[in-house]
Amino acid sequence: MAQAVTAGPAGDERLARRSPLRRLLGRPELGALLGAVALFVFFSVVADAFLQASSFSTVLYASSTFGIMAVGVSLLMIGGEFDLSAGVMVTSSALIAALTSYQLTLNVWAGVAISLVLTLALGFLNGLLYVKTGLPSFIVTLATFFMLAGANLGVTKAVTGNVASDSVRDMDGFAAARKVFASQVDIGGVSVTVTVFWWLLFVAVATWLLLRTRAGNWVFAAGGAADAARAVGVPVARTKIALFMGVAFCAWFLGMHLLFAFASVQSGEGVGNEFYYIICAVIGGCLLTGGYGSAAGAAIGAFIFGMTNKGIVYAEWNPDWFKFFLGAMLLLATVVNLLVRRRVAR
Amino acid sequence: MSGLIRLAGVGKDYGNVIALRDVSLEVGEGEVVCVLGDNGAGKSTLIKIIAGLHRHDAGTYEVQGEPVAFSSPRDALDRGIATVYQDLAVVPLMPVWRNFFLGSEKRKGPGRLDIGSMRRATRDELLAMGIDLRDVDQPIGTLSGGERQCVAIARAVYFGAKVLVLDEPTAALGVKQAGVVLRYIVQARARGLGVVFITHNPHHAYPVGDRFLILKRGRAVAYHAKDDITRDELTALMAGGTELEELAHELGTVASDAGGEMAAEARRLGLPDGE
Repeated sequence: MAQAVTAGPAGDERLARRSPLRRLLGRPELGALLGAVALFVFFSVVADAFLQASSFSTVLYASSTFGIMAVGVSLLMIGGEFDLSAGVMVTSSALIAALTSYQLTLNVWAGVAISLVLTLALGFLNGLLYVKTGLPSFIVTLATFFMLAGANLGVTKAVTGNVASDSVRDMDGFAAARKVFASQVDIGGVSVTVTVFWWLLFVAVATWLLLRTRAGNWVFAAGGAADAARAVGVPVARTKIALFMGVAFCAWFLGMHLLFAFASVQSGEGVGNEFYYIICAVIGGCLLTGGYGSAAGAAIGAFIFGMTNKGIVYAEWNPDWFKFFLGAMLLLATVVNLLVRRRVAR
Repeated sequence: MSGLIRLAGVGKDYGNVIALRDVSLEVGEGEVVCVLGDNGAGKSTLIKIIAGLHRHDAGTYEVQGEPVAFSSPRDALDRGIATVYQDLAVVPLMPVWRNFFLGSEKRKGPGRLDIGSMRRATRDELLAMGIDLRDVDQPIGTLSGGERQCVAIARAVYFGAKVLVLDEPTAALGVKQAGVVLRYIVQARARGLGVVFITHNPHHAYPVGDRFLILKRGRAVAYHAKDDITRDELTALMAGGTELEELAHELGTVASDAGGEMAAEARRLGLPDGE
């Protein structure tokens, strides 16, 4: 990955000043932004319903549920790692809150808090396993992915005798929790799900964290060249564990949204979603090998994802083809990113 | 001469492999100590001990008279010992200024980076060392190898290093670039820093070194001040005199004119140093 950048001319050692345009082209999210604009225009033309405010709100909602996870996943990817357990962790987190509050007859907020602690512990465990074993995070989280998927089903069945958790709709605190995690906000007559605002907030915080704080510096360094970072005193292991916990935090938040939007949780949900999150991050310009990318890019990636997801429906195409388009989009986005980066490096 | 760091009888094993045995070394202020040796001589083990990446098993390691056993590079850095590695000095995709301050970021408030002052400091500091970077925001990977080494060295000096440990800083560089780095070593010495300069090239070591430690198969085979040794002796020691004789003989028996020339050349130079 370093080679892509170092492959500059070896003649004179001084570089000419980069023009503002080239600077712009060097932004990791540029390819995704162009793609998002193209896709928006495309669906506006082929799908009449696409430009209606209510449809757009639906697109934003779909984008936000994936975008919230993409925040954590993109940060982790910039830090050089994957989390394949991210999809089922969302379900685990929702199940923990639902089962503990229902079985122990607690206020749902107690379940929310217990879920936060336990989900963060899951993220910590992912990070700790990665740091201690030195195995690729792909393998470590593949293992925890299967373990969580099994535990979700096994525990839920053992506790409730069913594959879904019992409804928490009538429990204390449900209304308040729903307000925070799953309410509808009226913006000029259009109903927008509150997750959209949470998503934007998370993206803003993650962007600030990455570019303006010491922790962000360490994330880039840990992903870009872990050994070099360690040699100058960056706590690489701690940074990576924190990143896994960041993914867990996002999973907890989305889990809470799903729980309070639907009141009960299907224990088999979430499998396969981890790839969508990774796709959002990669379309958004995060380098698979780490050290490069942005939270804003991942947000644009999630927006592309949401537009494709709903746009196909509004265009009245066969939604069975959604995944085909998604795959094609991923390919296109990564190729565009590659070309942009090569051009800048030259 | 006040000793900044002093190693006495230091040894290190990796399992049943003896990587280093009974090596002694002293670096004072404004002094360049060159550590020479072929591949596998124990040079990297020695720097890893000095840099705090590994702990020594035997002997003593003193910093300014105090015995130490570092558990991380951070500990060594805190004692003023900064190590610049040949291949892992920088994070290529990060901007120059972020690399310069990586691990010792300037902050205004908890966690918040003081970006403006770091940019300025990077530009000024590099300019002082003769590198004119107009854009400190470019990824450091776009700089040449020599410049990257110099940024890493400048960083160590800026953060108050008393001892610089340089791991083969000239190995991957062309003649001109290597010259740039050697000049910085001399500059650092003039500023009163102690320098441990690891190399396998006696022609890079001789002009800048005050003392020379030659390692072979984990042991010190020679430790000389500059007055006690000539460049040719150093070269011969470094290559291992007898081995070089054999090489010359072997090349001689190839018999062709070219072979004879090469043999003569090898005898004269001590070692091919074209890397």
